[in-house]
Parts: sequence; C-alpha cells; structure tokens
Amino acid sequence: MDSKDKELLNIVQDQIPLCARPFRKIGEQLGLGERQVLYRLQHLKDNGYIRRIGGIFNSRKLGYTSTLCAMKVPSERIEEVAAIINIYPGVTHNYIRKHSYNMWFTLIEKSNEAIEATLLDIRRKTHIDAILNLPAEKVFKINVNFDMKGQETGDR
Amino acid sequence: MIDKLDKSIIQKLQEDLPLTEQPFKWIADTLEIKEEELLEKIKGLLDKGMMRRLGAVLYHRKAGYGANAMVVWVVPADKIDGIGNIMASFSCVSHCYQRPTFPDWPYNLFTMIHGRTFEECEEQISQVAKAVNLENYEILYSTKELKKTSMQYFQEE
Repeated sequence: MDSKDKELLNIVQDQIPLCARPFRKIGEQLGLGERQVLYRLQHLKDNGYIRRIGGIFNSRKLGYTSTLCAMKVPSERIEEVAAIINIYPGVTHNYIRKHSYNMWFTLIEKSNEAIEATLLDIRRKTHIDAILNLPAEKVFKINVNFDMKGQETGDR
Repeated sequence: MIDKLDKSIIQKLQEDLPLTEQPFKWIADTLEIKEEELLEKIKGLLDKGMMRRLGAVLYHRKAGYGANAMVVWVVPADKIDGIGNIMASFSCVSHCYQRPTFPDWPYNLFTMIHGRTFEECEEQISQVAKAVNLENYEILYSTKELKKTSMQYFQEE
C-alpha cells in the first residue's frame, strides 16, 4: 500500500461521489486516471483492506431498533452457543471479550418487542439466563472512519 | 416515508458497489430506473439520515489499527453528558454510547478506543481516563470474532 492508496482509502471510506463517473472524479482529486482508481480499489479489496463498498445505514431511521447484548457463556460452550446465536439474521456482530460477560453481540430487529422475543428464544435454546440487553440510551459519537494518513495520535 | 423503490435501492446498496466506470448506471439498469432518478433517491436517503454514507468499509486490523478495546465506564449520572462529549472529542474514540445499568453491571458509558498497537491503545485509554478524571472503568479486549456482517434490511419484503 503506497501513499496514493492511503489517500484513496481516506476518500472512499468517507463518501463515493454521487455522479455518473464517481471514480473519475476521485481520480481528479488524486491525480490518477479513472482506470487507475478502479484498479487500485480492486487491488485493495483483493488484498483484504476493503471489506465492502456500499451503503452504511442508520437502522433506527429505517424503522429498525438495535441493541448490544452481553451474555455469560461457560468457556466450554462458546462454540455451541455461538452457533445458536449467529443463526439469527439480526445478529450482525458477535465477539468474545475477556469478562464474566464474555459473549457480546449486536441485535437488530423491527421493534423492541421483537428484540425481547429473540432474547427469550435465545434463553430458551441455550438455557442461559444471564443476558444483558444494553440498548444505547444516548449516542455521543458514532464514527467508523480511520485516518489512513498516519497523523499524530492522542490528538483531541 | 420509505417507499417500495427506496427499499429496493437500499437492498442494492447493501451489496457491493460494482467497480466499473458507471456503477450507478449499472444499479439503475438492474432496477429498471433512470440513473438520474437513482442518484436523486440516494441523495434523499443521505439527506434523511437513513443512510449514513455510501463508501468503503475497511478491515481496520489490516488498515493498521491493530488494537481496539471496548472500554466501559462508571460515570455519575449528572456528569454523563459532559464526560460523554469530552470522550467523543478524542479521535481514538470511534463510538461513545450511554447504556443502561443492571445490579451486576454498573457501567453506563461505553467507548470503542483504537490504536495501531496494543501499547498505543492502552496509552490512549489512560489519556482519556485522565481527561475525564475517572478511575472506575474496565477494558474489554475482544479475543475472538464469531460473526461480523452487515445487516440486510427489508430482506423479507
């Protein structure tokens, strides 16, 4: 990855221009031709820097509701419980973290009732009662962009 | 309101944007609408806040942000707004949310804190802690990723 790739990643993770030839427009900013931009993006995808290029949606504005759940899973049951939980299409992320609440998953559903119903279902199927439902009460920041240009860290 | 065309556009944009010269023309053709109409609709989704952005999602480990931690904090209720805003102002903090507490879960503020290395991440965390003068917090590193996908909205419709 060279410095042009880093500049390119900074641009494309922000917003793809909404015009007929978006990659030509990006190329103009970078001093690259359209084909070069497309080639570099394909390369960054093939090499696992880019997961996806597409829309990132606000679930609440689309009429969905989301929450973060924490569950106490005995270490010997992690695989088995993950298999049960990961089946639900509304479970988009699931991580093991070092804590007695060790399984952390996000759940997106059409309503709070649907979230409660899914959690009840999970409790029944896993026989684990210890699940915390931790919906965001206030959002202070949501920003998943990463600065690729390597500026100083610890800045405010 | 979200109409039927919006829903099909959202479904298309949940997929990968084709890496071709005219990606919007390509999507518009599959939806059998004009490219101009598609672009207008996409702008509408952005303006209404339904779509946060149309762009690349990176694998941040590969992108050089190798360490990230969920840090959970016990914050006095009357200070949460001020402290939440201070934490949000740090560039190493990507997410900052207030969440409910339970008898065995006293942490009411959640942050995701990123660093290029584990050491940098730890250093960032202590800087944030110092800035808000909090000592009661826990760092929850992820040890295993079991699932990471994008939500497929309006799938059943």
